[in-house]
Parts: sequence; structure tokens; C-alpha cells
Amino acid sequence: MTGAQIVLECLKKEGVSVVFGYPGATIAPFYDALVCDGTIKHVLVRQEQNAGHAASGYSRASGEVGVCCTTSGPGATNLITALATAYMDSIPMVALTGQVRSDLLGRDVFQEADITGACEPFTKHSYLATDTQELPTIIKEAFHIAATGRPGPVLIDLPQDTLEREFKGEFVYPDSVDIIGYKPRTAGHSLQIKRAIEAISKAECPVICAGGGVVSAKSRRELLKFAEKLDIPVVSTLMGVGMMPTEHPLYMGMLGTHGIYSANYAIHHADLVILCGARVGDRAMSKPDQIAKKATIIHIDIDPAEIGKNMKADIPIVGDIRNVLKNLIEKTDELKHEAWVNDLRKRKADHTPVFTSIKGQVDPRNFMRTLSEIVSRHSKAILVADVGENQIWSANNFAFRGGRFLTSGGLGTMGYSLGAAMGAKIAKPARQVIAVCGDGSFQMMMCELATLKQHDVAVKVVIMENNRLGMVRELQDKLYGGRYSGVMLDGSPDFVKLVQAYGIPAEAVGDDDEVEGAIERMLKSSEPYVLVCKVAADIPSRQED
Amino acid sequence: MRYTITVLVQNHYGVLSKVSGLIARRGFNIESLAVGVTENPDISRMTIVVDCDENGVEQVEKQLNKLIPTIKVRVLKEGAYIARELTMVKVSCNAKQRAEMMNLADIMHARIIDVTATSLTLELTDTTARTETFISLLRPFGIKELVRTGISAIELGVNTTKK
Repeated sequence: MTGAQIVLECLKKEGVSVVFGYPGATIAPFYDALVCDGTIKHVLVRQEQNAGHAASGYSRASGEVGVCCTTSGPGATNLITALATAYMDSIPMVALTGQVRSDLLGRDVFQEADITGACEPFTKHSYLATDTQELPTIIKEAFHIAATGRPGPVLIDLPQDTLEREFKGEFVYPDSVDIIGYKPRTAGHSLQIKRAIEAISKAECPVICAGGGVVSAKSRRELLKFAEKLDIPVVSTLMGVGMMPTEHPLYMGMLGTHGIYSANYAIHHADLVILCGARVGDRAMSKPDQIAKKATIIHIDIDPAEIGKNMKADIPIVGDIRNVLKNLIEKTDELKHEAWVNDLRKRKADHTPVFTSIKGQVDPRNFMRTLSEIVSRHSKAILVADVGENQIWSANNFAFRGGRFLTSGGLGTMGYSLGAAMGAKIAKPARQVIAVCGDGSFQMMMCELATLKQHDVAVKVVIMENNRLGMVRELQDKLYGGRYSGVMLDGSPDFVKLVQAYGIPAEAVGDDDEVEGAIERMLKSSEPYVLVCKVAADIPSRQED
Repeated sequence: MRYTITVLVQNHYGVLSKVSGLIARRGFNIESLAVGVTENPDISRMTIVVDCDENGVEQVEKQLNKLIPTIKVRVLKEGAYIARELTMVKVSCNAKQRAEMMNLADIMHARIIDVTATSLTLELTDTTARTETFISLLRPFGIKELVRTGISAIELGVNTTKK
């Protein structure tokens, strides 16, 4: 067997059924092995970055490690944004990149790029696999590292000769890995858990802040049970949206600069904050010291480096959130915080704005509310939001009832949604997968319409068309005296016609009254489908301005 | 404050750049970094000196621990370790100055490792503080070239930093 065949066999052993990628000369041996073997499906994207986002979307929807592959040089460098996106959001994935022959490394030959060097800040780990004999160990380790501890992307750079060389001896895939310096801790420290229980029992106004770590640890159920048993209100970061049902009486919404009043009130008036897999990013908590001054902080995270990085923790618990929450649920008695919860609920109800429809325009916030109403009748949908105003409208107005919310929370990568939605739909074909984007982000990734068509991936795409880069425009209104600089999207095409040119059905809506019917038609479609919403230019991202 | 961190890493291709890159991009200044293989040829040891506050050094330690090739990280406690660095200095020195220079080398326990009609090269292995003193004493003679390794550190007593 050649190295390329070994790579393929290893992927099969890891249970990989689909690879998102784009071929080229150096990765060609692997592509040949793929087609000759035929067991792993290959999805040809139209630009490498989207292969990365697709692998990431696949990971997030399936809970398995997504895989993407590109060729060397520009193929690999195009992937960097997707790796950085996955790294910031702790998404497990394995990226395979072709590389020039190892005897040519460092000579700046055609399509050579030092991709392991370039991706150093954006990967959990990387390998430059110069020895064919080491491939099984490397691939086993890569999948293990990607999926365990704090998950993240792992890059394997494969020189062409590594793929072409014959593997000597019998192929045996290792059963286990032994990496001397990598033993993630999963159980929380019992003494800290004891201290946490004591702090919880004393608190009068506790609040749980759920971050992306709750998703990674697959601990949605434990979070709900923990909150309900101890009657503790929950707020979430952007990455934690969807983990608590939006309408749950204990859920106070997303916090932060683009969050809602009740969530921010809760975190600023709490006497105990339980951070669950939240890294206290600046958009979630711009002044963590102020919060920490008033409240005792319990910080639960699998990554010890997150504890104390952005906020001082009084009770640090390093461990798998699911384990720790289970432990806490077992060891605590039921509690009641009626006055605190009722106060927050009243604040949430009082500050849930009604957005008056304006004739001849779609209000994107009303749209998201209607979409979630209709979707929840059909299935537990996966909503993929892009970056910009559309992301905030989605996070604050779509009511999650068991579905999932995927978005680029950390890096804020425009052009994320279509690739990620494609991966999610392939992972969960029975679910409705809806990508929401703006006309700016759509134009960064619209080449992927062809991929949806070619591979018959029935992603539903909603474009919030307002002919401007809305989020930057808001910034320019607030901080730059309304001097709009480089935010107008004049020159954009007629999106319906464009989409139809790909043979994909599309329609446009221009009034709140038309929205319901259009959503029904979109969701009924068994093909990919694009719905263009003509939204007003001046609708802000924040719920209350 | 200056902290001395000792790090055991797998002796692999690219590990040094992983470590130094990580510290730099997290916004910390490396004062010195010395690396060499240990008693086990598969493992290298780095001695890193960083200048930062207490929270900073905690972050450096935790972030270094996250690197897959990192085996062990330890921030050495003040007074609980011995640190030395090797310095080589080439100074201008004519025949008339030679005796004075030899006297100075003797006082500082430095060795003369090379000599020409117009220059002298000295070697000193000592603490950073004494090295600084040594250099300041040589400065009036005219330093032509200065090479420092950065410190290597080892714990006092029977304690060892091992896997």
C-alpha cells in the first residue's frame, strides 16, 4: 500500500464517511486513493476556505471530527481562515494538506508554503509527515488530539513523496495513543467542587453563564437539570446560544454588548456567577473586573489556561463540564431563588420589544421570530448564522427549542455560514439546516451554491439584503459621525436571478406579511433554496437602542 | 518581575519555534531562552526567562502546558535554584593592558580563551548579576563583541524537574 492508501485506511478506521476538499498536484495521490477505494464521499467545494467551514459545520452538527483536505501552497493558505475560525470556537477537525516533495522543502518550489509554520497560532497541533511509516500513529494522534480535552483543529501536512512511497510491512492501526505531554484532566478537583457547592448554597442571586464549552462537552441536558434543580437563572454567550431553550423560565438570554437587557442585568447584579465553558470574551463581558468585584466567580473549564485569563476566578474547576455538572447535581439539594428569578423574568418580559412592521420592508427580527415558530413545527432545526447584523438578529430573536445554533463566535468570520451549513446538512440530512447571512457575507461565499447543487445538499439560505455592510455602518454612525466609508454594496447582483442561474429555486420577499408563506415554501423544498429578504437599511443589530 | 521557567519538551522538529512563537504571540517578552538535550535524548530542556507580572507568568505556564510537545513546565521559585549563563567577550587589549586584564579575569573567575596583539577574548560562567558586573568592568577597554547564552537553571537540593 502507498502512503495515500494508508491515509485513507486510517480515515476509514476513524469512521470518516465524508471529506470536504479541493484537489491539486501534491494531494493528487490521496485523491486517487479516494476514488479507487470509493468508500469515503468527497464533496468538492469551490474555494478551500469553505472546505474548512464545511468540516467544522459537520463536526458541530455530528459531534464527530470533520475532515477537509486541500493541496499545498495556495490551497493550504486558503484554508487558514477556516482553521483560525475553528480554533477560536474550539471545533474538532482534522485538515490534510498536500505538500511539495520533502527533498524540495524550503526551496520555494511551485506551490510550496510553510503551512505548519503559518498555522501555528491557529491549530491545536500540527504535523509535517515526512515518514510514510509514521502515518498511522500521526493520524491516530491527530484525531485524538482534535476531539479530546479542549477540542480544536489539527493539521497534517503531507509531502507528496510521503503519499507516494510504499508502506513497509503490514498496516496496523494503533488502538490507543500515548502522548507523553498530553493527558487532559476531565474530572473536577473534589475540593474545588466542595467549595463550589458551599458557595452555591450561600448565594442569593446566582447566575449560570453558559458558553461554547457546554456544547463541546455535550452537556445540554446536564445544564438544564443543574439550573432547574438549583433554580438558577442562565444567561449564555453567543457560543452558548441554543443550549437552554430560549423560552425556558430560567433563561435570561444572551449577554454582552449585543446581548439583551435581562442577561446583562443578571450578570451585573449576581452575587455568584458560575461560568460554564465560557472564556469571558470582550464581547460577552467588556468589564469582567466589575462583575468579579460584586460576585463570587466559579469557573468551570476543561482548559486550565482559560481560568484566570480574562477574569479572576474564586473557585476554579478544571474538568469536563458534563462530569462536573453531573457531580454538582448529585451533591446538591434542591434550592429556590424565587425573588431573584421572578425579578429577572419580569425584566426580561418588560424588555422584549415588539417590532412594528413597516409596509414594503421585512423586519429581520420579526422574520427570525416567525422562522423559529414555523421551523419548530417541522423539526429541531440547525440555524447557522453568518457574521454581522444577521448574527445578532438570529441570536436574539430565533427561539431555540432543542435545535442548534452554529456561528463563528470567536473569530467573527464573514462567509462562514454556507460552508458550515453544508457540512451540518450532510451530517444531519433529516434536519432542517438554515443559513442566515447578509448580502455582504453571501457575496463572500456564493460560489458554494454550485457545491449545494452538485452534491444535492438541501441547505436553506436566507439573505438579509440591505445593500450595506450593516454592522460596520452602525459603527460609523456611532463613532465616526455617520461618515460611511466603504460600506455600500452597490453593484450587487439580483440575487434571485443569480441563484436561479445555478438551477436553485429562489424567491424574494419585501414585506412582513409575505414572510410566513415564503418560509413555508422554503422549508417544504427538498432542494437547496434561497430566500432573499429586502430589509430596511436602518434596523439596528441590538434589540433596544 | 523576572521569572525563570524550566520546560521539558519532546526533542522534535519545530518545537523551539512552537514555544517561542507561543510566548511572543501571547504578548510576553522573552529575556532569554536556552535549550539543550537532557539525559534522555528524546527530551530537551528549555530555560526561559520572562519579564512579566504574576498573572502573566501563570498564563505563560498554562499556555506552555497546552502545547502538545510540552512534557513539564515549572516556574522556579526565587532562591530555590541555581542559574548560570556563559558569556564570551572580545575586548580591545594591547600588550600594556594585558596584565590589568588578567588581574580582572582572575578576580571575576573568568578565563582567557583567545589572545592577539590587539585583543583578548574572555569566557565567564556565572549568574546574570555577576555577568553584568563583569561586562561593565570590561566596557572601558572597548568591547568588540559580546556573546551570551542566556541562563540555564537547575533546582537546588535533591529535587528534579522530571516527567
